[in-house]
Amino acid sequence: MSEQQWTEEIKSHDSLFSINIKEVWSYRDLLMMLVKKEYITFYKQTILGPIWFFVQPILTTLIYVLLFGQIAKLSTDGSPQIAFYLSGITLWNYFSECLTKTSSVFKDNAAVMGKVYFPRLIMPLSIVVSGLMKFAIQFGLFISVILYFTLVKESINPNAWVLITPLLLLLMASFSLGMGMIFSALTTKYKDLVFLLTFGIQLLMYATPVVYSIASIPEKYKWILIANPLTGIFECFRYGFLGSGSFDPSSLIMSAGIITIILIIGVVIFNKVEKSFMDTV
Amino acid sequence: MKNLAIKAENISKQYRLGEVGTGTLSHDLNRFWHKLRGNEDPYLKIGESNDRSKKGTSDYVWSLREINFEIIQGDAVGIIGRNGAGKSTLLKLLSKVTKPTTGSFKVNGRIASLLEVGTGFNPEMTGRENIYLNGAILGMRRHEITRKFDEIVDFSGVERYIDTPVKRYSSGMYVRLAFAVAAHLESEILIVDEVLAVGDSEFQKKCLGKMGDVSRGEGRTVLFVSHNLAAVQTLCNKGIMLENGLIKYQGDAKRALDFYISSGNSSSNSYNDANKKINTISKIQIVDSNYNLRNNFNFNETIKFLFDFNLSSEYIDKVEFGLQVIDQKERVVFSNNKKTSSFLRDLNNDFSIECIVPKSVLVPNSYKVTVALHIPNVAYISHLDEVVTFNIEETGTDFYQYSGSDYGCVFLECKWGNR
Repeated sequence: MSEQQWTEEIKSHDSLFSINIKEVWSYRDLLMMLVKKEYITFYKQTILGPIWFFVQPILTTLIYVLLFGQIAKLSTDGSPQIAFYLSGITLWNYFSECLTKTSSVFKDNAAVMGKVYFPRLIMPLSIVVSGLMKFAIQFGLFISVILYFTLVKESINPNAWVLITPLLLLLMASFSLGMGMIFSALTTKYKDLVFLLTFGIQLLMYATPVVYSIASIPEKYKWILIANPLTGIFECFRYGFLGSGSFDPSSLIMSAGIITIILIIGVVIFNKVEKSFMDTV
Repeated sequence: MKNLAIKAENISKQYRLGEVGTGTLSHDLNRFWHKLRGNEDPYLKIGESNDRSKKGTSDYVWSLREINFEIIQGDAVGIIGRNGAGKSTLLKLLSKVTKPTTGSFKVNGRIASLLEVGTGFNPEMTGRENIYLNGAILGMRRHEITRKFDEIVDFSGVERYIDTPVKRYSSGMYVRLAFAVAAHLESEILIVDEVLAVGDSEFQKKCLGKMGDVSRGEGRTVLFVSHNLAAVQTLCNKGIMLENGLIKYQGDAKRALDFYISSGNSSSNSYNDANKKINTISKIQIVDSNYNLRNNFNFNETIKFLFDFNLSSEYIDKVEFGLQVIDQKERVVFSNNKKTSSFLRDLNNDFSIECIVPKSVLVPNSYKVTVALHIPNVAYISHLDEVVTFNIEETGTDFYQYSGSDYGCVFLECKWGNR
């Protein structure tokens, strides 16, 4: 008699770090299909399609120019206001959308997740990846504005730091993924946190150099910005494309450190909750 | 020894009743506090068996409690039980949708679950896109789906609509496509929960056939949950019968079905009026040929009604005992009357009579019984309206093929032949 072979064991308790990366990888086609689904469902039965992605940042930029630039007269470190605000908005949109969507991933997909098993991590990952699609379109808009100011107006000077943009995106995606997963795990049980989150994202925007530059902040409040891992990312992005502002590589390294820790915590919590969230959602 | 596909050891699943949310935090903190001190979860000790009809004292119920079973590779196992017996919970645990509270499963092979067809379909996407999406959700790789694409479309029979968004599909087409995707999944273990409820009879047959192929032809293991007992009987060789979260029987499929039918005899198969009054029907029982109280009968079983009543002497020559059997559509299936003078009685004018309903006449359905002591067209002496009920279950008959359509009330063995 040969020993019985088992390919898998479903247990009531798993260790905290039993994350099956191999399994997630084997479901990579699902990730691509989910991204495609996001894309298809967005454009179906709209006339303007991707144009809508331009409308929001353009209008927001105009309002910021009026409100923060003309009325409040906040400093933009000498950069053209339109380019300055658009850079902040483009980045912020990606972050806030990923975070909001990830944090409600269990609730939004309860129907599918309650019926079929697949590595749950695929869902938040697909959100972050499909967010890139929208980001790419808005980034295109931003680039054309930058080109205009660089070549036509010759008022800004992009430098080699623009090459680090993919890394900045990766950091931002990781941060929103990590935070989103922590919140998604908690909101399955405690729905109160949904309200806290929408409110929190709004507050976080003001604690991030979206509409102002870090140089214009009084010294005694600077610790808030330094503690925020987004600060380094935003400052670096602006420094590269607008060639202005104060950028300190060490702040970017610190951001990367904090984000890595948050991402790990997020994955661990998410992994723990995903196995039984159906009972509480 | 044959290879096992699944082995369940001490599986339990506890659910919290009521509104999850109120008091959650305090329970969680308490749990955490116990865990911190290395104690057992305090809420695991409480909890009751899952009898939904009774009001319990605890907020926690055991949907499954200490379930142990082994499933041999290549078996088709039917999981049967009343609503709330824990069937779906068991499948959910197996398909990893949620995890057991205690215990573990050991599994050999990839599990694919078909818990409710069409979950994961996106209405905006076309049939073609949904095949890929659904296949990916079920764990198929893209090239696997591409390879089987034609087969899937062919099986579903919706080729013409394949590039139309599925929101334009009829519900039947939707199910066809969904089943087709899942059925072509290459998994060693297939879990199927009540998928045959939709779709026309032709497609239901096709699904059953496909599932039969899967288990018998391809040697894959199938777990099948259904209330369609006939389908369980045709498809499965093994059966597990659950009741209130416990395994009542496991083994041969046919015996499991018999177990299922003869169990679950609730209150409605008898009526008892303790204070026996003059001129009333005091007791009614529905029993099988061995005088066991029963609710559920096979199509080919004899049913007996037992009645106790009292009738004063002045009525005896005039009054008849009558019964009516009424089906779920409130149609009177048949009625029968007998002169009370034809029965024996004791000195107090108490009667104990029985009425035997021939087997293989009433088609599978639920029936209600109305009884009366009456003088035909003149008066009711005692009248009990729809007082007891019984069911004829679908086993070993061909009636399941017509489920959903109105087969009528009774089955008549007609003679057919060439002229």
